[in-house]
Amino acid sequence: MRKYLTIILFLIAVTYSGLVTGQQRFPKPEFSTGYVTPSPTTPEPRANLLEYTDVVVLVIVLAIASWIAIRKRSRRAMLWLSVFSLIYFGFYREGCICSIGAIQNVTLTLFDPLYAISLTALLFFLIPLIFALFFGRTFCAAACPLGAIQDLLIITPFSTPVWIRKTLSFIPYIYLGLAVLYAATGTDFIICRYDPFVGFFRANASFNMFLIGACFLGLGLFFARPYCRIFCPYGALLNLMSRFSKWHLAITPAQCIQCKLCSTSCPFDAIEQPTEEVKSDEQEGVNLKRFIIFGLLIPVWIIAGGYIGSKSHVFLSKANPQVHLTELLIAHPELKNDVNNIDIQTFLTSGKSFEVQVKEAEVIRHKFYIGGWIFGGFIGFIIGMMLLNQSVFRRRKDYQPNKGDCYSCGRCLKYCPVKKDGTVAEID
Amino acid sequence: MADDKKFNRRDFIQNSMRITLGLAVAGLGGLTLMRSTGRNYVWQIDPFKCTQCGRCATSCVMTPSAVKCVNAYDLCGYCDLCTGYFKNGVKDLNTGAENLVCPTSAINRKFIEEPYFQFDINEKLCIGCGKCVKGCTSFGNGSFILQIRHDRCKNCNECAIARLCPSDAIKRVPADKPYLIKGDFVKKDKS
Repeated sequence: MRKYLTIILFLIAVTYSGLVTGQQRFPKPEFSTGYVTPSPTTPEPRANLLEYTDVVVLVIVLAIASWIAIRKRSRRAMLWLSVFSLIYFGFYREGCICSIGAIQNVTLTLFDPLYAISLTALLFFLIPLIFALFFGRTFCAAACPLGAIQDLLIITPFSTPVWIRKTLSFIPYIYLGLAVLYAATGTDFIICRYDPFVGFFRANASFNMFLIGACFLGLGLFFARPYCRIFCPYGALLNLMSRFSKWHLAITPAQCIQCKLCSTSCPFDAIEQPTEEVKSDEQEGVNLKRFIIFGLLIPVWIIAGGYIGSKSHVFLSKANPQVHLTELLIAHPELKNDVNNIDIQTFLTSGKSFEVQVKEAEVIRHKFYIGGWIFGGFIGFIIGMMLLNQSVFRRRKDYQPNKGDCYSCGRCLKYCPVKKDGTVAEID
Repeated sequence: MADDKKFNRRDFIQNSMRITLGLAVAGLGGLTLMRSTGRNYVWQIDPFKCTQCGRCATSCVMTPSAVKCVNAYDLCGYCDLCTGYFKNGVKDLNTGAENLVCPTSAINRKFIEEPYFQFDINEKLCIGCGKCVKGCTSFGNGSFILQIRHDRCKNCNECAIARLCPSDAIKRVPADKPYLIKGDFVKKDKS
């Protein structure tokens, strides 16, 4: 008991003296035995050089993938390249760094003056987009580890009706818009947080993450590459780039003979059939009228979307920790006495006044108000453009990949009996 | 003839859209490039902001956490009665587990000379809960600090602990200066 008391008294005395003089409470002792103070170990992070190696690997993989898709025309080669990417970017680099997540780093750089993007992240964002602009989505075919892990597990893909596909293909734009909104307001990096496969790459997933990843892979057995098709926000950008790509994987190396062998070969329903040539003048007039109406409707969609987006800014801003904490304190002031609420206790001991906290939260919420308009307007624009696209009649004579949706995986190539010199292989 | 015209129009739209998108990507890239840096960043805990809430142990994507306690020896008082080592108000000063702050016995206490002891962290056992850090910071010199160990850190694009840190203590630091160990600070202070 006496010992206990002395300890306490000693501690109080020392604390007090420390506070008064601003010195260490217990000055470092003078050792008489020649003891040398060790220094703490500091294991180094991954070297900068290795980060640049990743960029070089990405460029090489993309170059080979583009060559395979357009010149070599080999599914087998593409498959092995994607296995390499899965091992390198997936299991060796453990899913970080990735082009999909780099969207958020670019956004944060543009909106947060205190943040500067590293050159590697910027290159990971830009290079696949530039490649897609010239060679199609070869990034999806062979360089993306998330795509590769799903691609390897396509067992019996079922074809989905076009209206389901078109509706689902709208989700990536919402995801992209939300990711940009949350990154721009400095709230969260939702793409990284909800990356379903990174847990597999690290063999260290929490149960929920493992479950989500397993669901995606399980769904992928029948609905090929579900994450790519209905979530991937980077895929939305690549889709846009690839639509206008200069060169793109073609199913037939020479002249298509309309044999229809390839028509069911694509697990992603990305092959478009030749259009029927029956089109009356009347039909053309209806189409033109529809095109003009849908075109004029786009500003309406944008304004409506922006209005809805701005109206939901309060809800959207709840994800921001500071806004959330402030709201909680306003709604439940009694929580200040809850010693187990770490966030509130830390705020109370930080010495920051409540007024300042509220003011800061209001600033963040105002950002969400502006962001809500932009986000909603963007979604409205996408809806308008999708409808406009539906009213455009595109004449196709041959079986062609949809340049936007095609991953350039090369599965269709082996179904085509036409050889490069235009002759047709014998079919038994 | 009509056919040719149509296909030409399609080509024209394709080409002009490609140029537009190319310029857009280049513009976005250029704008970002101006703000970019050749340095890479890693995550680190600012020990002066850290409030030892304990979330580092539970929120890291790694199990056990990539955050470990580090003893900044320069700052350490080598106390016999280390408040990061012994629980507050223990009855007997012996090294029985019931008397120790660390839940995993990750702190090694080594006798140097009367009455000084060196405290080392066994990082294989440390889970980064920060209980010892709290003890040392509250009553001692604060030489125990939590640091993200870069041999374990996956350098996630957004640190899962940073998002939940109540005191915003986790920030990006340049990869060539990846640690914020308090000892350096004290050294500068002395000189």
